[in-house]
Amino acid sequence: MSETDTAKPEMSASTGAMIQIQGMHKWYGEFHVLKDINLNVAKGERIVICGPSGSGKSTMIRCINRLEEHQQGKIIVEGTELTDDVKHIDQIRREVGMVFQHFNLFPHLTVLENCIIALIWVRKMSRREAEEIGMKFLEKVKIPEQARKYPGQLSGGQQQRVAIARSLCMNPSIMLFDEPTSALDPEMIKEVLDTMIQLAESGMTMLCVTHEMGFAKTVANRVIFMDGGEIIEENEPEAFFSNPQHDRTKLFLSQIM
Amino acid sequence: MSADPLSGAAPAKAALWRRPVFRSTVFQVLLILGVVAIANYLFTNTLHNLEQRGISTGFGFLSMEAGFGILQTLIPYDETYTFGRTFLVGLLNTLLVSGLGIFLATLIGFVMGVARLSSNWLIARIATVYIEIFRNIPLLLQILFWYFAVLQPLPQPRQSLDLGGMFFLNNRGFYLPAPVFEAGFNLVWIALAIAVVVVFFMARWARRRQEETGQQFHTVYVSLAILFGLPLLVFLAAGTPLTWELPALKGFNFKGGVTIIPELMALLTALSIYTGAFIAEAVRSGILAVSHGQTEAAYAVGLRPSVTLRLVIIPQALRVIIPQLTSQFLNLTKNSSLATAVGYPDLVAVFAGTTLNQTGQAVEVIAMTMGVYLTISLTISTFMNWYNKKKQLVER
Amino acid sequence: MNVQKQPGPDLPPPASSVGVIGWLRKNLFSSAPNTVLTLVAGYLIYITLVPAFQWAFLNADWVGDSREACDSGGACWVFVAVRFDQFMYGFYPEAEYWRINLAFGLLIALMVPLFIEKFSRKGMLAAFILIVYPVIAYYLFSGGAFGLVHVETSLWGGLSLTLVLAGVGIVAALPIGIVLALGRRSGMPIVRAVSVVFIEFWRGVPLITVLFMSSVMLPLFLPEGTHFDKLLRAMIGIVMFQSAYMAEVVRGGLQAIPKGQYEAAQALGLSYWKTMGLIVLPQALKLVIPGIVNTFIALFKDTTLVLIIGLFDLLATIQSAFSDPNWLGYSVEGYVFAAATFWIFCFSMSRYSQALERKLHTGHAR
Repeated sequence: MSETDTAKPEMSASTGAMIQIQGMHKWYGEFHVLKDINLNVAKGERIVICGPSGSGKSTMIRCINRLEEHQQGKIIVEGTELTDDVKHIDQIRREVGMVFQHFNLFPHLTVLENCIIALIWVRKMSRREAEEIGMKFLEKVKIPEQARKYPGQLSGGQQQRVAIARSLCMNPSIMLFDEPTSALDPEMIKEVLDTMIQLAESGMTMLCVTHEMGFAKTVANRVIFMDGGEIIEENEPEAFFSNPQHDRTKLFLSQIM
Repeated sequence: MSADPLSGAAPAKAALWRRPVFRSTVFQVLLILGVVAIANYLFTNTLHNLEQRGISTGFGFLSMEAGFGILQTLIPYDETYTFGRTFLVGLLNTLLVSGLGIFLATLIGFVMGVARLSSNWLIARIATVYIEIFRNIPLLLQILFWYFAVLQPLPQPRQSLDLGGMFFLNNRGFYLPAPVFEAGFNLVWIALAIAVVVVFFMARWARRRQEETGQQFHTVYVSLAILFGLPLLVFLAAGTPLTWELPALKGFNFKGGVTIIPELMALLTALSIYTGAFIAEAVRSGILAVSHGQTEAAYAVGLRPSVTLRLVIIPQALRVIIPQLTSQFLNLTKNSSLATAVGYPDLVAVFAGTTLNQTGQAVEVIAMTMGVYLTISLTISTFMNWYNKKKQLVER
Repeated sequence: MNVQKQPGPDLPPPASSVGVIGWLRKNLFSSAPNTVLTLVAGYLIYITLVPAFQWAFLNADWVGDSREACDSGGACWVFVAVRFDQFMYGFYPEAEYWRINLAFGLLIALMVPLFIEKFSRKGMLAAFILIVYPVIAYYLFSGGAFGLVHVETSLWGGLSLTLVLAGVGIVAALPIGIVLALGRRSGMPIVRAVSVVFIEFWRGVPLITVLFMSSVMLPLFLPEGTHFDKLLRAMIGIVMFQSAYMAEVVRGGLQAIPKGQYEAAQALGLSYWKTMGLIVLPQALKLVIPGIVNTFIALFKDTTLVLIIGLFDLLATIQSAFSDPNWLGYSVEGYVFAAATFWIFCFSMSRYSQALERKLHTGHAR
């Protein structure tokens, strides 16, 4: 980290960071998917992660809530280190929300039930209380009228907004987005991005794997470029897009812009 | 054609024989005529043939004396009962072997289906080998194998295999202790009934409290404790009013206890092992049908693995498993008719076999037998359609 | 802030997660309960498989011509070897075995090109196998023409009869099944009702009652004096039964064809039969090949039921050999041989259908 940017919110070296990843490695069998990942994320920071497919970006953010297990190095989320300890995993998953590429809504539950299932079973709330919260967030993503429908009855964009609401219900302090708009039609991408921008404006700490460079430019504090399982380059969005340092970054940007 | 060419409103009509409605009507009328003609042809032939052979039609034979014995009867029966009674005896025997078979096959199937997905390589392999071997060998062969190659060569009653002094196995059957309920045992039944009611209301109360306050209650454990504990307490308090009647060797064979005849054992073993393999596949495919994303999403919102399994995986897997499961139950029931190959007195063996041979009433007997299976099939498939409609995922 | 790195080398994973030890840890001993399971299962396998292997191979007797050759305490395969011809051909005259061999050899030769990717006239060949080949095979088996000696069907038996029953069942049931499936999806209510009743009737009853019906009742249904041999009666029952199942398989394929295909065909001005024959059925039938193979497997196993009405298929032939006073007590060997034969056929077919399903599935997705 060569220079300090005063514009960054509460950017401190390593203490006080929401997420600290230190020297993390991961293998699938013999295949080295993640190599020596080091990353600190401060509170309120909005990070966009991009890179060619197969570069390990999804795997990296999936390690943060232990959907994937890392084999070397440390991941510390809000002071809790991710280990085999089930208690730690539970604790971290409560703090970290996640939105998936294919929404992964539960098709056998209504939209509202999708939102409140974790409130009831993890936060141990009464159904009435949970439904109030669920409706609040469905209003926030602007689809309260769909609450009693099933996910299969909604459009892709609506489903993804439900998925965002479902994560927000748990009141997470960090949100992970794993290519949230890749499975959507162009006209639906905007409604999801708008929801995400709104979320960013409210000060949420966000890590987004996405190819939406417009979103990266307007919302992100930092853009990370990954290739071959490594973080190749990271920079502020403006500098990242106007003046990429690494050849692979240049190549990637030339291909997608 | 009545259309007025000047108005231009009604389209011109085609010649009658070119209209689709006319064509399809004619076709369907011809089809009905064809079906009726064939039915009539078969019917008159049959009547004529029966007359030639001097067989009177009708169901009068059902009230005639049967005059033959049956190996296993669940209701009182001897040679003096009627053919109507043999029908009933056979039907009950079919239901007995089907019911037991469904229970065992489901048990085996679920265990093996889950085992096949086990993370333990050896266990998964064993389950795979079991499934691939038994579902690819004809059921009849398996029944014959158990009967002729395993159970028949067992020793005589005098040299029975003694399993703990309570169970005996020989070539006449499998002998187990029979429970004898004494006077006070009714209290235990009453206690069980009370426990069921209590558990029912407790579950309702727990759910309501959860919805109001969010407090969890260990319904499952408490329910189990009540269901087992209450009857057990009453049982002990009433002075353990239950004894076991042990089978004992008297003369040439065992007396007392419960006897499972080798025919039933062979049939039951083969049916449950064979059908279990198919059920295991259904269970596996049901679990695999729930995408990995569902588990991940559930973990990501913080649900524990056990809750995820209960609220997310199982409800979705059951949608796939239950239709296949019912069709396997149906297959098992129909396959139980292979009983006739080893002489277990099921409906087909007793009624479509012995009764038919004795009376010659082929049409009536076969029709009644098929009617029973059809009734079972249609009842179950009606239920299935209802279930599928109810459980269908709502989609656009 | 700006990090730049040169690409790092691939490192080997930690030793505990790969290699034999990693594999063992992950798959057999990942936790205490898993370790216990592995050990118990391993022990059970050891105490069952080792004696079974010794019985079937190490201590078995393979050569000889009477039971005296079986003295080493293991399996007596001599029993199977001595009666092998009978298990294959039943009571078919020995001098005429070549006809059966020729019929099956021809079938295999005809089937081979169907499995060759590049062969382009699969449709034509399949039609030839389904329509012309059965006629050839009939004359080879039955004779009575072209200078071949007539062989009564009562002499047919063994594995060849099993194959004949299953083959006839599937080939004759296919066209009936297609008609029934089209009927069930027809817009004409009476056609639909007739198809549904027919299909549900046969699917609702056990095959054994169908066989009883065809052997006891068929002679009653037809004009006096009409004679049917036993085999033909069984075949009629099997075909009726099987066509109902085939109809449901074909219906599944028809349902999988998107509505757009029907609409496009109608927009081109094709009639109902042309739409079905040229557009829908070719696609649907290709989709249901795995389903057809699966019904064939079920039928192949079900043909054993003819034992109950007194035909001598493979299982019945073997079963009857047990009562030979010279060979009493070798039923286990006989059953194991029958099971192995059926298993090889069924397992390889089911593997084939699974592979095909996977191929069709990916073909559809891309």
